[in-house]
Order: sequence, then C-alpha cells, then structure tokens
Amino acid sequence: MSLLNEQLQEQLREIFADMKDDITLAVFSKEDDCETCKDTLSFMQEIESLSDKIHLEELDLVKDADRAAAYNVVMAPSIVMLDGQKNYRGVKFNGIPAGHEINSFIPAILEVSGAGEALPESYKVKLNALEKPVNIKVFVTLSCPHCAGAVQKAHKLALESDLIDGEMIEAQTFYDLSEKFNVSSVPKIVINDQYEFVGNQPLEVFLEEIEKAQRA
Amino acid sequence: MELNLNLASSKKKSVVLDKGKTYDLLIIGSGPAGLNSALYAKRKGLEVGIIGKKSGGQVVDTTSVENYLGFEYKTGEELVKAFKSHVDSLKVPFLSDAEVTSIHKIENRFMVQLSSGEEIATKAVIIATGSRPRQLGISGEADYLGKGVAYCAICDGPLFEGLEVIVAGGGNSAVEAAIDLAKIASTVKLVHRSQLRADQIVIDKLNTFENVEIYLETEILEVKGAQLMSGIIVKDKKTGEISELAANGLFVEIGYLPNSGFVKDLVKLNERGEIIVNAACETSVEGVFAAGDVTDVPYKQIVISAGEGAKAALTANDYINRLK
Repeated sequence: MSLLNEQLQEQLREIFADMKDDITLAVFSKEDDCETCKDTLSFMQEIESLSDKIHLEELDLVKDADRAAAYNVVMAPSIVMLDGQKNYRGVKFNGIPAGHEINSFIPAILEVSGAGEALPESYKVKLNALEKPVNIKVFVTLSCPHCAGAVQKAHKLALESDLIDGEMIEAQTFYDLSEKFNVSSVPKIVINDQYEFVGNQPLEVFLEEIEKAQRA
Repeated sequence: MELNLNLASSKKKSVVLDKGKTYDLLIIGSGPAGLNSALYAKRKGLEVGIIGKKSGGQVVDTTSVENYLGFEYKTGEELVKAFKSHVDSLKVPFLSDAEVTSIHKIENRFMVQLSSGEEIATKAVIIATGSRPRQLGISGEADYLGKGVAYCAICDGPLFEGLEVIVAGGGNSAVEAAIDLAKIASTVKLVHRSQLRADQIVIDKLNTFENVEIYLETEILEVKGAQLMSGIIVKDKKTGEISELAANGLFVEIGYLPNSGFVKDLVKLNERGEIIVNAACETSVEGVFAAGDVTDVPYKQIVISAGEGAKAALTANDYINRLK
C-alpha cells in the first residue's frame, strides 16, 4: 500500500530540500499483535526514498530491547528520530503519523535536521532551568486538524532540552494507554503521567505544567 | 488511511511579518474574513499583514462544506487550503500562532500588542477574529471536559467508537456532528431545547440513520458521572418531566461566542459581545474595521464572512487613501 501519490511525493521532496543535517528514522515494530506495524514501516520506507538525508533503521521492540530502552520505547509501532550524530533528541511518534499527523511528522524531520526556527529567548531561559526529566505525552487522533500543532510544540520543547522527551501517541492504536489516561478529547497532553490539559494550548501553558511537574 | 498534508505547517514561511515597520493595514484573524480581506487589500496595493492564531479559523474543524458557491463539496480543510494558497500567492506576510492582547490608538496610528510582549504599528486594522464554541454553562460541563464532554466531533469522534453519545444543539453544526458520529458511535441522541433550525437537506440525511434518536423541546440541566461522564439530566419542556439519558460522550454544538474580549475597551460591542459594524464594516472607531463572525452581521456563514472581509478591505483602502 502506497500512502504517497506522485503529487505528495513531489511536495515532500521540495520540503525536504530545506533539511540541513541527515536524520535517521528508527522504526520499532513487533512480530505479534501489531496491526499497524507493517503499514508504518512501509510508510517510513516511502519517506526515506524521498531524500538522501533521511535514513531508516528497522528495529524490533523485543530483539532490539537495548535500543528500545535507550529511547524509552515501550510500544510498537514507534518511530524515533535521531539527529546527524545519531543522537536521540526526545522526538518520538507512537503509532502511524498519517492523516493530520503528517503535519507534525514532516516538520519534526526538518527540526531534527537543524532547519527549525529558534524558540524565543524567554522560553529558552525557562527550559535551561529544568532539573528533572520531563515526559510529554500528546494523545491524538488522525482526524484531528489541530492535534499536530500540539505534537509540534512537545517536540520543539524536547529539542531545546535534553531533559524533555516528547511523544505523540495515536489514541486508537494504543487504546489501553488512552483508557488509562481517560483520553476522550484530543489533543490531550499529559506531563510526567500526572499533569494534564486538553487542547492545542500556547507554549506558555506547556511550560506552566512542566514547571508544576518540576516542583512535584 | 489517508494523508492530509498542510504545506503551510511544513514549509518555511515564505514572507515573515516585519515587526519593525508601520503597516498600512494589519488584519487580525486568519479565517475566511481575514484571508479575503488580505486578498483584497493586497490587490489594492496596500502594505498589509495578517496576524493569526488558527489558520483557517473554525472552517478547519468542519467535516464538509456544501454551500460555498463554486464548490459542491469540499472538506473544511480543503477549502481553507484553497483560501490560504490564494493569499500566499500574493506574498502577504503572515504571523501565525500569535495572539493579539490589545490595540491602542496613538495619534493617527494603531499599536497592535501581542501576547509575546511585542508591538506592531499600523495605520488601520481589520478585526476578523471570529468566534469560539459556546458552552452550555451547566453543572458538570467543565468537570467532564475531556472526560466525555467535547466540542470537536471530527477530532474526538473516533474515541467514541461503539459507545453512546449525545449531541447538544439544533443547527447545521449539531446535525452534521450527529451524522458524523452516527457512523462511529453505537447510538446518537440529538438533544435540542427548541425545534431544529438546520437546513432541511441535512436533517433529511440525519433521518437516514437508524441509530439516531432526536429529542426536541428538551433542556439539558446537568452532566453526571463519576470519574468519567455517564449521562445527562434533561427536562422535557412540555411536560416538565425530568429524566436521565445515559451516554459516554456529550458533543456540544450550540453555536459560538465572538472573540472580541481583547477590543472591548476599544470599539462598541452589542449585548452579545459582537462588534457593532455598519454596512461598510466600520466600527465605532475610525480606522478600525471588523468583518465576519466577530461582528453583529446576521448569519454566520463562510461565504458571508468572506464577503464581509472583502468589504472591510475596500473600506479600509478608502480610509488609508484619505490619510495620504
């Protein structure tokens, strides 16, 4: 199954021309009980073919358990983006980034390649002051037009701070996890499994909740 | 599986708003009214810029648009994409994800204040900030937000697969949300306090679904539940009888409130909070124009907002020419 028609391929090639460094898509699959692993992998293969700067690593959640542990990957399919030095920068997608999530996935490729726009200085000061690890889960559905914006913000923050891990979670694929966090409106953002809010809120709101989690 | 690529979010912004200069015209809002004002203003040769929070405005959250002249069917998003790419082709500077907190008049200039603390100067302003979903304002609604209570059917509908949902409202948005949800949920109850005011063609479509029940003249009193919502308490307005309708979700589609709070001390608003404009889109302050859902123009429709946006731009152009 090909997700990208010729027109989309052409548009993406043009977008990828703005990439700076190489990036690697580390895609974790698992053999059993994974309905979307195959589609996710083939989608990533299509993406890889559109730029010389995009590389693909096919990994297995069980067989490559050490790699999974290194990036805090606990479910499949999961896509981890690595930068030019193959470092994990906290940018992760759990579930296929299709539908509207293409609009968080493509910008993430540019950001991890170093072609993103800088955050305002006032935000950087706050992020530099972080002391404890921060995990940001952004629950989405693929039919939600403004969820990708919230995912982009989580990833942007992750790229600015080594302490932040930002992950998209496709709510229907990971139904049990969504149930656990009572997800019934998306985007739902959960910080350190404890502090949560709904909606594509401004960066200030993300930072406020992160600061609450720091004080906890 | 499909992809909904939105080039604007991936491509680097082609033209950046220059915060240091004085614009002829700044347009606040990037829905149909704002985008069409930008198109008309730019074609008149004005130095124009757009400050937007959510590109496309509410249209983006609309599943299907079937009443915009020239297009028998478009998704809300496709329509916005067409609007946006038309405006982008004229290289109008665009500041996205930005919120305007206030506008002040200093001599014959306006200073547009952003939440980031920055200010941008302009000779004239068009306010086209649209509106946001209205809430029921009943007990339990805020408590169960994100725990059953939702305001975007296309976003949250998939989370209610096989579950029971209620849609509150009786206009086109409500009936269309009920149609979308009927395809996903096990049952849909459409609850409205009076009679349906949606277009007949949409109501006919809703009636083709067997898992939909309609409760008219029914007032919603309360959202009930434990950790998640479990149902709503309703009152039959004819009999006065109070009963409980069980449901996992409540989609509120009861209209909109204007996003006019940031200019309430600048221009005159009506009792509904809408900016009062005359037939030429002029507000109570010279040099400040308004268009679309944020104004008191009757009927909130995409085509009407777009038309009002054009009118506001033309009036603003006349105003700016008079200044010279």
